Amino acid sequence: MWIDLVILLAKIAVVFAGIMTGAFVLTWAERKQSALMADRIGANRCAILGIKLWGLINSLADALKLIFKEDFLPPKGLRVLHAIAPIFAMFPVFVTFAVLPFGPPLQIAGKEIPLQILTLDIGLLYILAFGGMAVYGVMLAGWASNNKYSLLGGMRGSAQMISYEIIIGLSLIGPVMVFGTLDPGRMVVAQNDLLWGWLPKWGIIVQPLAFLLFLPAAMAETKRAPFDLPEGESEIIGFSLEYSGMRWGMFFLGEFAEIVVLGAVMATVFFGGYQVPYLFSGAEAASLPGFHFPWGGYLPLGEWWIVALRVLSFGFKVLCLMWLQMQIRWTFPRFRYDQLMRVSWREMMPLALANIAVTGIVIMLVSR
Amino acid sequence: MIDVKPVRNVELSLWQKTYYPELLKGLWVTSQHFFRNLGRHVGRALGMKTEPPMVTILYPEVRRPISPRWRGLHRLMRRPDGAPRCVACMMCETACPDKCIYITAGESPDGRVEKFPLAFEIDLLRCCFCGLCVEACPEDAIRMDTGYLELAGYSREEFYLDREFLLRRGEPTTHPQYPGELDGATVHRVDLVKLAKGH
Repeated sequence: MWIDLVILLAKIAVVFAGIMTGAFVLTWAERKQSALMADRIGANRCAILGIKLWGLINSLADALKLIFKEDFLPPKGLRVLHAIAPIFAMFPVFVTFAVLPFGPPLQIAGKEIPLQILTLDIGLLYILAFGGMAVYGVMLAGWASNNKYSLLGGMRGSAQMISYEIIIGLSLIGPVMVFGTLDPGRMVVAQNDLLWGWLPKWGIIVQPLAFLLFLPAAMAETKRAPFDLPEGESEIIGFSLEYSGMRWGMFFLGEFAEIVVLGAVMATVFFGGYQVPYLFSGAEAASLPGFHFPWGGYLPLGEWWIVALRVLSFGFKVLCLMWLQMQIRWTFPRFRYDQLMRVSWREMMPLALANIAVTGIVIMLVSR
Repeated sequence: MIDVKPVRNVELSLWQKTYYPELLKGLWVTSQHFFRNLGRHVGRALGMKTEPPMVTILYPEVRRPISPRWRGLHRLMRRPDGAPRCVACMMCETACPDKCIYITAGESPDGRVEKFPLAFEIDLLRCCFCGLCVEACPEDAIRMDTGYLELAGYSREEFYLDREFLLRRGEPTTHPQYPGELDGATVHRVDLVKLAKGH
């Protein structure tokens, strides 16, 4: 019994460390990537004993600064709500990762250990539910600050997040219909099938429109440019106006963690999760573990090599999707608020509904 | 009659209205920059000679060359004997659009010059660095060519420049201003005057 607990705690530790490292590296990547895109250098001044680590020390300095900054509470603000709002911004993001498999199940001493903290049949609903909870962080922060501008920012944020949550939910229905499951673990297993014997059955291949709708909607949930109307750094003040020090840092960390988690969700649903194309384990390919290429080639690989390759593949996919989100954030200008609402309700929602209808018809025709 | 020019919004084609192709074009541009600069940074780290991966000038260590016409902090020039070139004619004070130059004239101990500045003060906080004082000066006494651009201080008083401060950067210069200075041009002009008088 206790060994299960130890395994579970170890998995939680790995995932938590992964997200935190990702978020930490992203604060650095945000500055360096935008610098590279704009022919600049980016953060390069902080050094410990002359070691700069390409600007990574700047992120350490930032964290140190945030921790030691004054934690200001607005005199007439709601003390308790003001204190718990950043937790509401961070908590749902971290727990979302629990249902995402970051590797294939391990077989150790006759025991199967899924590399997934929580094996849940309603995994995708769980993701949507906690995605919905993220709105509370924004609303509470705006309300508890006793500041009209904070409140307006919170209202903008909640309206935006609720609007785009609908698109997220509707666009995920397509993959759910195709793979016939709400469990991310089984969804990933299903994505290793081949279409017509050669094309990996990844979510983006069978549901391209769903991905094109999910990506912007998910980015709107992170509240970052081009959807940064709730709080737009220099131009528009918002819900985190009355926050300082590490409480503000928690909102910020939540945003970066959300990028990591969204990358993981997208990798799981649309990019085959931990799967590598044409790579099958022994259980999946009649005890012939390795690459089975569609042109008849076969490259044998040990089971442990397959596990390692698959975990690395998941990490690589998440990394690429994080890069894509950063690239989008630093490329496109912000939407106007009416455009933001119009795109969601009048353009993306009908498309998402049409996608569901067409998917249903195609599945019916194919299965006949 | 006012000429009316109707301006129509650009109609987007259906291809552009689908939004994604145009977004991908934008992403393509920024990604090109990203990967090109990344490659150059990596190349430099490996010791290869590459094009610069950035246009940034690392300012305090590296300075951009300043044009000789660039107008910076003022200075007052000196005569060869070290006295200020300024003759307190008040031309700069009059020309100054900000009225930030304050001159107090006094009788010059040098017999060849009538006046000299007892006090010459510039309120730098009012100065707009237009350079009209330099243009107005008949004696080439005030210049703005120090190339000094880090104008920062902790108090307003630090920006109130007095005569000694302004003279500190002014090296002695010679000009064909009056006879007696050992300068080629001066001698030549004096000779011409003598010739004209029939010597």
